[in-house]
Amino acid sequence: MPDLKRIPLGAWFGLILCAIFLFAAIFAPLVAPHGMGEIVGDVWAPASAQYPFGTDNLGRDLLSRMIYGARTTILIAALATALSFILGSVLGFMAAVAGGWFDTVSSRVVDLLMAIPTLIFALVVLSVLPTTVVTLILVMGILDSTRVFRLARAVAVDINVMDYVEAAKLRGEGTGWIIFREILPNALSPLISELGLRFIYAVLFLSALSFLGLGVQPPEADWGGMVKENKDGIVFGIPAALIPAAAIALLAISVNLVADWVLNRTSDLKGGRGNG
Amino acid sequence: MARRPAKPRGDGPLLDIRDLRIEATSYPPGEAPRIVTIVDGVSLTLERGKVLGLIGESGAGKSTIGLSSMGYGRGGVRITGGEVRLNGRDIMKNRASGFRALRGREVCYVAQSAAAAFNPAHKLMDQVVEAAVRHGTLRRAEAEKRAVALFRKLSLPNPETIGERFPHQVSGGQLQRVMTAMALCSEPDLIVFDEPTTALDVTTQIDVLAAIKDAIRDTGVAALYITHDLAVVAQVADQIMVLRHGKLVEWGDTRQIIKEPRQEYTNALVSVHEIQHPEKAPTGTPVLSVKNVTASYGGGRVKVLKNVSVDLCAGQTLAVVGESGSGKSTLARAITGLLPPEDGSVTFVGRTLAPRLRDRTKTDLRELQMIYQMADVAMNPRQTVGTIIGRPIEFYFGIKGQERDRRVAELLEKIEMGKGFIDRYPAELSGGQKQRVCIARALAANPKLIICDEVTSALDPLVANGILKLLLGLQAEEGVAYLFITHDLATVKSIADSIAVMLRGEVVRYGPKSRVLTPPFDDYTDLLLRSVPEMEIGWLEGAISGRRMASAGN
Amino acid sequence: MGTSIPVLIVKRVGLGLLLLLAVSILIFAGTQILPGDVAQSILGQSATPQALANLRAELGLNDPAWLRYLHWLGGILTGDLGTALTSRQDIASSLWPRLKNTLFLAFWAAAISVPLAIALGLIAVRYRNGFVDKAISAFALASTSFPEFFVGYLLVFFFAVKWQFFPGISTVYDGMPFLARMQAIALPATALTLVVLAHMMRMTRAAILNVMQSAYIETAELKGLRPIEIIRRHAFPNAVAPIVNVVMLNLAYLVVGVVVIEVIFVYPGMGQYLVDHVAKRDVPVVQAVGLIFAAVYIGMNIIADIVAIVANPRLRHPK
Repeated sequence: MPDLKRIPLGAWFGLILCAIFLFAAIFAPLVAPHGMGEIVGDVWAPASAQYPFGTDNLGRDLLSRMIYGARTTILIAALATALSFILGSVLGFMAAVAGGWFDTVSSRVVDLLMAIPTLIFALVVLSVLPTTVVTLILVMGILDSTRVFRLARAVAVDINVMDYVEAAKLRGEGTGWIIFREILPNALSPLISELGLRFIYAVLFLSALSFLGLGVQPPEADWGGMVKENKDGIVFGIPAALIPAAAIALLAISVNLVADWVLNRTSDLKGGRGNG
Repeated sequence: MARRPAKPRGDGPLLDIRDLRIEATSYPPGEAPRIVTIVDGVSLTLERGKVLGLIGESGAGKSTIGLSSMGYGRGGVRITGGEVRLNGRDIMKNRASGFRALRGREVCYVAQSAAAAFNPAHKLMDQVVEAAVRHGTLRRAEAEKRAVALFRKLSLPNPETIGERFPHQVSGGQLQRVMTAMALCSEPDLIVFDEPTTALDVTTQIDVLAAIKDAIRDTGVAALYITHDLAVVAQVADQIMVLRHGKLVEWGDTRQIIKEPRQEYTNALVSVHEIQHPEKAPTGTPVLSVKNVTASYGGGRVKVLKNVSVDLCAGQTLAVVGESGSGKSTLARAITGLLPPEDGSVTFVGRTLAPRLRDRTKTDLRELQMIYQMADVAMNPRQTVGTIIGRPIEFYFGIKGQERDRRVAELLEKIEMGKGFIDRYPAELSGGQKQRVCIARALAANPKLIICDEVTSALDPLVANGILKLLLGLQAEEGVAYLFITHDLATVKSIADSIAVMLRGEVVRYGPKSRVLTPPFDDYTDLLLRSVPEMEIGWLEGAISGRRMASAGN
Repeated sequence: MGTSIPVLIVKRVGLGLLLLLAVSILIFAGTQILPGDVAQSILGQSATPQALANLRAELGLNDPAWLRYLHWLGGILTGDLGTALTSRQDIASSLWPRLKNTLFLAFWAAAISVPLAIALGLIAVRYRNGFVDKAISAFALASTSFPEFFVGYLLVFFFAVKWQFFPGISTVYDGMPFLARMQAIALPATALTLVVLAHMMRMTRAAILNVMQSAYIETAELKGLRPIEIIRRHAFPNAVAPIVNVVMLNLAYLVVGVVVIEVIFVYPGMGQYLVDHVAKRDVPVVQAVGLIFAAVYIGMNIIADIVAIVANPRLRHPK
């Protein structure tokens, strides 16, 4: 167990915020004072004791929608990250260890996918696909897996040429031992830190799509979509749109802080090596 | 010399360092920063035109002392006590501009890796004359003329035009000489040579060493010559200072240090290569027999092994000697099956080995083990010593649990390390301990042959010596044969029973040690043998003139 | 040898063009082969089968996909980007003014952010681990975590609504005076600058630090050169390529960032045009705009690589 006193302040901040966001996301129906679509008051009512963040463009409680929004945003981003990670790291490791035509083909495909800016590619695809949660997760996950692939492959290629891997091959070890016992333990810390970054990217990407009206569709609440719903208030000096936007920023910062800390900690392990 | 701005010049010694104390702050992960003392109370004086050799193992603080003469600390190193008097003044009282005025003008520096120390973006000449021109020591045209003269003195090819080249267009040995010319160009009082020949092949090292020595003699510059190789420094230094852990061990004339060392540590350094190893006569059928092996990289484009044949008897040591690019490590890769030979055969314990690694039987793999040069990358940093040594026992013999741990403990005893190391990670071991663990891992398989690829060349001499003794002891106990790949002829003399000398992928000389090391020699073996520095004053001159005679005879 | 500079540049450009061709296939395939029928989207669910069939014939949807691709590609190569499904307007003629607007905005954002990022990166290196350096890395953390619309609406909220320095909606039109145009893009350009600045700064810092830690910089220090000479003569020539690389990567990022920023400020550029037509499922427009964005992105990467090739002394002065 890590010594609690040695966790730096920034990491504490990140961990606590992440815990709050996660708690809100998981227990949304229990925590939220009002229903997601329930109209409770005036349009864009200012913050009050009853509605701590005020109400939105239809008079719904902003806090409650934020809590439900946390659920949507975090769930979709987490699933997309999981998809991109599993796809990217499995293919990346396989490409590095197997080499040959598999490596060449998969690397070229990834080059091609990365030649188009992710947002533009997503917009092109979303122009023909129905905008559902599944589509969003698949599009985000697959496009983002290219980056995980590049990292996993690069890390694994570096480790694969180490003498200790050669020693294992000379011993006669199978591919399974080499990937899971020799390469994976040494590839973990850069991959874990990448996991954090990919999740942040997924949150920002989903929010951008929703903000553009091409992500999560109303009446479902997600933070990017809430910015879009309330953006017209800005010109009247109503900051309702800024609140979900700030929540996205806060979530991203706290995950960033935690990822930084995890990277430093795992690479400091006894005998650990920074492979970053 | 009137145009030359006056350089401060006192009456006393050129360099006078008193009670020097140098510290650095280290940041161990997860702990509070710590102050580490790198140099502790070292004093030295250096007269004009003299050469002082600083010698010691890694971590002795020798480079740090050398750089302190320029008021320079690498990577957060601070001079926290004592005086550094250069030309009669304490340079530690300088401001930044004062340091700049002496660097490159009074004191110049020659780094270990000239390849990294030259700026890849500029021509050599621009870099060689830069310091002299910037300090106003010489005008550009004069500086260039001097540089060409220095290139000639340092026997560089095409001295008139080599300055027009870029660093990457010149070989490592030549670059090292250009760097010496760069240091000499601004006519400094002192040059700090920081391991200038360590990265070079032996046959190149001797040329560069001779060039440096001549240049020092002819220009009358003083020098601090830093190295870990006593035999090298004995050739160029008037005096030698032995350092250990940042403290002075012994300081005296070169002759006294190498002939009559007063301290035990110095004595150990001087007698480091004296392992007596009587040669064993070849016996019966060889355990390993390499016949006409040819191998290449890149699908036959680059031939790296040409028709190589060697035999190795059970329980004996075959040393494969050669410089970089000779194909000696490739031979190991061909034998292990990592680089399947195109032609020829490898017979091991009477069985012909499959060319490819993946076609070999478990017994073949078990009985042929390998130890690497870099012990720290040869062990998985995420595995404990117990796992590293225990895995072959598990893998080859299926032994698990307590019995496995018992065997691991036994092996740790054999390599003269205690049971206490079982739960350690490689990062917690010293360089010598790491190499010992690698030896234990090889032994765990109960092999008939261990390939040792430059296993001592990354280690300090005394540690390397310990490893060699351990290997010899284990051979006597276990009867294991070694294929010992090395560039270091001194090591070869200490441990080999037979020797194969390789040059550009071919074996140029092969036989029992006594025969290989007895004249008449072929040209290359002769050159190689003459190039190994011996701890004799005046050896260098003899070697160089012998070499000239040899080439004149051709 | 095949490693001389012109050969390498031609190879790199060729590779880029090949990539662009592959991208065009991908974009075409992405919009044609995936489920969702263009005719159906235009006419809606209630369309009669006869109407659908007529429209399909008119749009050439009955041709095989490769033939339609070749038509499309041929059109693009001759400057004909096709016709928008929804408005029935020529895409090229409505695109050019928007492309100009986007480039105008991106140009000014780059003109501010590139010198600023390099200068701040240099300062961070000069005062490494000092206050400025720490402030810059905190700023970088914030900037990589803030969504574009948060930055954008914060600017609007304070500078346009509360203090009313600049318009919150960036209307530009043909023949608009330069100063008025600059005032209109003040906020979006600032937002874009903030979005790319931190990243560019941090990468510049890393690139310069990497060079400053080389052994040849130590050699220069030990020659007694002044810091400014060391940077000018020894660090700069080697840092150019990595810095240009950083700048190009970030400009490519800026071109993409422009999409969201344009929507925030209702700025009549390509980004907004794209987003509008994605929502309307107007495939020909999406294809054309997507291809232009990808071309700009690939072009930036080619320039970065070419600078790296030209600046490499090993290639410039072969053995």
